[in-house]
Amino acid sequence: MDVLNAITLFANFVFVPGLAYGAQLALGALGITLIYSILRFANFAHGDQMAFGTMVVILLTWWFQSLGVSLGPLPTALLALPLGMAALALYALAADKFVYRHYREIKAPPIRLVMASVGVMFVTNGLVRVIIGPDDQAFMDGERFIVRAGNFRRAMGLNEGLAIKSSQALTVVIAIALVVALFWFLNRTRTGKSMRAFSDNEDLALLSGISPQKVVTVTWIIAAALMTIAGTLYGLDKSFKPFTYFQLLLPMFAAAIVGGVGNPVGAILGGFVVAFSEVTITYAYKKFLTYLVPESLAPEGLMQLLSTDYKFAVSFIILVVVLLVRPTGLMRGKVI
Amino acid sequence: MSATTSNPSAGSDSQTMRAVLGFAAFGALLALVGFLQSWNVMLAIFNLCLISAVMALGVNIQWGYAGLFNVGIMGFAALGGVAAVLTSTAPVASAWQAGGLGILASGAVTLGVIALAVIAYRKLASGPLKTLVMLVVIIGGYFVIREVYDPAVAAIEADNPAQSGFLGGLGMPIMLSWAVGGVLAAAAAWLIGKVALGLRSDYLAIATLGISEIIIAMIKNEDWLTRGVKNVTGLDRPVPYEIDLQGAPWFTQLATDRGFDLVEGSSIFVKLAYAALFSSVLIAVLALCVLALASPWGRMVRAIRDNEVSAAAMGKNVTARHLQIFVLGSAVVGIAGAMLTTLDGQFTPGSYQPLRFTFLIWVMVIVGGSGNNLGSVLGAFFIWFIWIEAEIVGNWLMANATQFLEEGSALRTHLIDSAQHMRLFTMGIIMLLVMRFSPGGLLPERTASR
Repeated sequence: MDVLNAITLFANFVFVPGLAYGAQLALGALGITLIYSILRFANFAHGDQMAFGTMVVILLTWWFQSLGVSLGPLPTALLALPLGMAALALYALAADKFVYRHYREIKAPPIRLVMASVGVMFVTNGLVRVIIGPDDQAFMDGERFIVRAGNFRRAMGLNEGLAIKSSQALTVVIAIALVVALFWFLNRTRTGKSMRAFSDNEDLALLSGISPQKVVTVTWIIAAALMTIAGTLYGLDKSFKPFTYFQLLLPMFAAAIVGGVGNPVGAILGGFVVAFSEVTITYAYKKFLTYLVPESLAPEGLMQLLSTDYKFAVSFIILVVVLLVRPTGLMRGKVI
Repeated sequence: MSATTSNPSAGSDSQTMRAVLGFAAFGALLALVGFLQSWNVMLAIFNLCLISAVMALGVNIQWGYAGLFNVGIMGFAALGGVAAVLTSTAPVASAWQAGGLGILASGAVTLGVIALAVIAYRKLASGPLKTLVMLVVIIGGYFVIREVYDPAVAAIEADNPAQSGFLGGLGMPIMLSWAVGGVLAAAAAWLIGKVALGLRSDYLAIATLGISEIIIAMIKNEDWLTRGVKNVTGLDRPVPYEIDLQGAPWFTQLATDRGFDLVEGSSIFVKLAYAALFSSVLIAVLALCVLALASPWGRMVRAIRDNEVSAAAMGKNVTARHLQIFVLGSAVVGIAGAMLTTLDGQFTPGSYQPLRFTFLIWVMVIVGGSGNNLGSVLGAFFIWFIWIEAEIVGNWLMANATQFLEEGSALRTHLIDSAQHMRLFTMGIIMLLVMRFSPGGLLPERTASR
């Protein structure tokens, strides 16, 4: 019985949150890796562009709510999601036209593009703060839980409950659907294949008649969709705050690099590696161990490896270890 | 980055003109503030301009000389602030008694674990055994360290938490901390550089972003060291207090002779004293930078920046030079960070925001002209000035633009509240415009005529 309690406790506080967070990071890292391999720069504006897309979704959600439109048990934000994706895609394309295209045309070194993305980050951050403000915003509605801790406890006759938030389930379901669709697109469609060809060898791709403008446009649209979805799911699961989204940059980069930059499968793997490391290392194991060991051995401290204040340190340490041991990442991404 | 003019000698002349004009325009702006607002405000802005200029010089060393993209300036500046606290505050005897020994012991254990790990790494042949031993040493060592460290931290933080709750510093003059800040930042930069340099250019950017977040998290949470978010106030000052000046006979005499207001005069006097200190640091750093860039070493680093492969072919050790430059630049940022905390008179970890401490400095360097030392100084002066004055102007503009809205309406309050965030937006636009249309900045880099 105690073992079951321990497993439930672990699932409730580590596995389920880690799975949802990992899926969110994976979507973010996928976008980063896509931009990395096709547009050939590290997009520092990623976090803030995520915040921009999510902001549009939130504003539309509020509007729908005021009109009385809802999706029943599902969050209204899902209804606003396609519009948010479209808005961010337009924004990203505008940023590309007015900022990035110039550096591509003059064949500037990648670091100039990175700096330009820092400028875009600044502007986007300012816009988001002006429009929606720097504070926390909650926009989750509909059914909050799929499995409630209390019900689970009674049904299973355990001391510990397992809660599954609908936002967590949604995250995982949407992430799987999205990844399947993305891989189908990249591997099976003509546009997807031309994107891969472009990322592999730009000159050869141009020679075979692939339109670079089309590849760039499609890349930004897909990246914008990934950013908006990742941001909205993160916001539904936790909460929306512009600064938090900026800070997500580090775990997302870590995920992309750990998995192997430019490798989509690696980005997904990296997202889960970073998320689970973060959650397992910052979880306090006191109660968990109390169930498993005899009473006399019960731990006194919190049994927490690292305080939650240092969760950024986890992604950083993973990043450093990977850079030291295997700079190409777990899945052997290419070094552009 | 490398702006070449068709006629080098004429270019050089017009460059000098640009610099003179630029600094004259800045002087005029300051004078305007002095007359319109007050000389006190003017000096307050100017002091921060000086500190920003030192910081921008540090970044220019990294970006302008070597093309190293450091996104963690905030962390290195914060280390300067830590140095100010650790150098100048008086040691807290009771806290040392409670946990000082424990902290020292945990430090010793940490060194021991690191030594053991290094020995294992060097001596054992690679294979599963090596991995296993390394893991046991590092993970086991971590638990041993925590075993010693945690009780010591608890004891220190329990010691009079409302007033101190930390170990205190060395009780030395705060001016010394400027050097200490440089050393601390240099040490952090060395660690980061060792890991991230020599790989792709943007890995350094990501690694510095990470280290700065971690440094901020540490100073917010390690209360035993710097009191964390409880802040350290009342730091030592290198200049006299206003209130002491107002009581000092020579100063009151001076005030009556010259006929200025005692209170305002004392405040201006203090700010002038700070300005003198900061200017001397700025001039020293600037002179060293200019000399270094003109030396054979300067030519070598520019050669590496412009073409790493051919520089390497000439036998230059690119990674070693990059590490050297990265450490030097970070040290300068650390010095500026310590100066900033000295000027504030308090250490407030909550005030370290990446947009203010990292990206604003970047805008300064880019607008000023990357690679040009004088340009970075001018860029820092102008951008800091705009940063401060834009808030006032922005609030005024927004208040006027929302005149037509009802007093106290939700939209109006929201717009007026958000005026401060317009600054971020404006700075981003300025950065993008300068990068796009005038990549050389206000004072483009001088390329030597041959």
